[in-house]
Amino acid sequence: MQKFNTLKSIPAYLPIVNIDTDMIIPKQFLKTIKRTGLGKNLFFEMRYDDQGKEIGDFILNQNPFNNSKILIAGKNFGCGSSREHAPWALLDFGITCVISSSFADIFYSNCFKNGILPIVLEEEKIKELSEYANRKEEISVDLNENKIVYGNNEIKFDVDKFKKKCLLEGLDDIALSLKKSEKIENFEKDLKNQKPWIFND
Amino acid sequence: MPNTLYDKIWNDHLVDLQDDGTALLFVDRHLVHEVTSPQAFEGLRNSNRKVRHPNLTLAVADHNVPTTDRSKGISDKESKIQVETLEANCKEFGIKLFGMNDKRQGIVHVTGPEQGFTQPGTVIVCGDSHTATHGAFGSLAFGIGTSEVEHVLATQTLVQKKAKNFRVNVNGKLPLGVTSKDVILQIIGKIGTAGGTGCVIEYAGDLIRSLSVEQRMTICNMTIEGGARAGLIAPDEKIFKYLKDRPMSPKDKDWDKAMEYWKSLKTDEGAKFDKEIDLQAEEILPMITWGTSPQDVITIDEKVPNPQNEKDEDRKNSLERSLNYMGLKPNMAAKDIKIDKVFIGSCTNGRIEDLREAAKILKDKKIAAHVHAMVVPGSGLVKEQAEQEGLDKIFVNSGFEWREPGCSMCLAMNADKLKPQERCASTSNRNFEGRQGRGGRTHLVSPGMAAAAAISGNLDDVRKYQN
Repeated sequence: MQKFNTLKSIPAYLPIVNIDTDMIIPKQFLKTIKRTGLGKNLFFEMRYDDQGKEIGDFILNQNPFNNSKILIAGKNFGCGSSREHAPWALLDFGITCVISSSFADIFYSNCFKNGILPIVLEEEKIKELSEYANRKEEISVDLNENKIVYGNNEIKFDVDKFKKKCLLEGLDDIALSLKKSEKIENFEKDLKNQKPWIFND
Repeated sequence: MPNTLYDKIWNDHLVDLQDDGTALLFVDRHLVHEVTSPQAFEGLRNSNRKVRHPNLTLAVADHNVPTTDRSKGISDKESKIQVETLEANCKEFGIKLFGMNDKRQGIVHVTGPEQGFTQPGTVIVCGDSHTATHGAFGSLAFGIGTSEVEHVLATQTLVQKKAKNFRVNVNGKLPLGVTSKDVILQIIGKIGTAGGTGCVIEYAGDLIRSLSVEQRMTICNMTIEGGARAGLIAPDEKIFKYLKDRPMSPKDKDWDKAMEYWKSLKTDEGAKFDKEIDLQAEEILPMITWGTSPQDVITIDEKVPNPQNEKDEDRKNSLERSLNYMGLKPNMAAKDIKIDKVFIGSCTNGRIEDLREAAKILKDKKIAAHVHAMVVPGSGLVKEQAEQEGLDKIFVNSGFEWREPGCSMCLAMNADKLKPQERCASTSNRNFEGRQGRGGRTHLVSPGMAAAAAISGNLDDVRKYQN
């Protein structure tokens, strides 16, 4: 997994609430057996017209937002399905940080598995940051320090310590869990004794 | 200390607990389908890892499969590759798979319970957000992403943080024509699509206890639409009876031992919930969704909302966007909404009782001439059962198409989809923009309400057709 440390970019602002995973990446693109190549289809239905032409009004079709690495969006971002294609599409497009006042649980967890940092901030702060998007000014995110710097201001954000460590170091969490093999084996041994039917299928 | 049902299942599955609260949780049951698994198997191969317990995983292709004649295979090239990739991966890693022509094939969340793979007190995961369905059996069941699918395959565990306890109590009796689908739509309308974020919901109360196993599955299924990853119901005699003698249910001595454990699975008196709401069943009416979020619910007697009445600017914009997408005018009566299509099926409402409920309304009636309607059973076994009961004939005689099992138009990954601006009364679970096809407009309803809409040609009150 790609490490996440610091990031500087003009943010793109998408002021829509409840952006669901169907909007982020519609089902016709879930037929892939790869993780890559989904960026061109990110927000497909908002981004292209029926002829497949880019819709000029859509923020990510506009310069400089077509190069944004930070997306600011309305509350409950990523609700709906568990498809990891949603963070894969964001990542492939180049977005590695999403800021919202709330995220859906599965999407939130999926981000951390892919080197994307989701940041939860109060609505008021979101509005402040969105001004930087409107003015096309850069903001920077520092995961080490848990802070966003914009102009002469900074905001602190919370992130789970374990998740932060995984992002900073780009850790493979399967390898981490496999280090606990002995504990897993002991658990399984007890399970076989106490609930033999679990393995008996 | 008194514990909730969720606390108990959580504690019983703790392999390791770190100081920061991060837990390694054992996974008893893992369901796999073709869409969210190829990259996970690829990851295993790339890092030279094996599946830790192939017999705790069950695979079935459902999202992409055609619902029409399957004798010639899948014509869509990409769908075909995905289904074939699942078959190849299951063979390589030794995982049991129900192939497309196996009558046990169906939507994962219909197949799991049907086979007795789903059991009380287990942790069940699947790369699909509607995994919450299995919570109806008193299991902790939730959807995961593909990286987590890979993690479960490799380690039979998951890294998790404990969620909050949220109890939804529904007491009383439902009025005639009102179903568990209306109950869950009402709950989502009340708490909102983010109302359950960070929580596990336990459904309780005498109404919940009075529901059949399948009706409970409909409620738990849509828990994710209220933002909670898992929803569960304490198992009881109905659940035990349902599971007895299913192919993968415990047998003989194991059954007795399992029963002993299963009977202990309930929330202790005095257990603490972080959040709690109460609903009275008598007050729930047949519901529809009018907008593009499952929280956009009104009763069939009500009108579509007017954004002008909203003070909150974000909410107002969101209402306007939804109305515009849905092609509806503010204050329009629900019953004046004319429909083009009807879809009965999905992991929410594709089981035998759902088909019976719709068939009861459709018996000896014809659907409106302009309506195209289809029934997609949740599994091959549901289809077979329905045919034995003659339900297929009722559907076909009324003008419905009778299809092969799969996810179908719930998410429109196969050929079954809405055209732009087509409007559908659907028994599925999501009315998001484009969910059933680009530009398509979805109204979520119960199976009976879908049947009523098919006959009337517009959204209508199922009670009108009740005998």
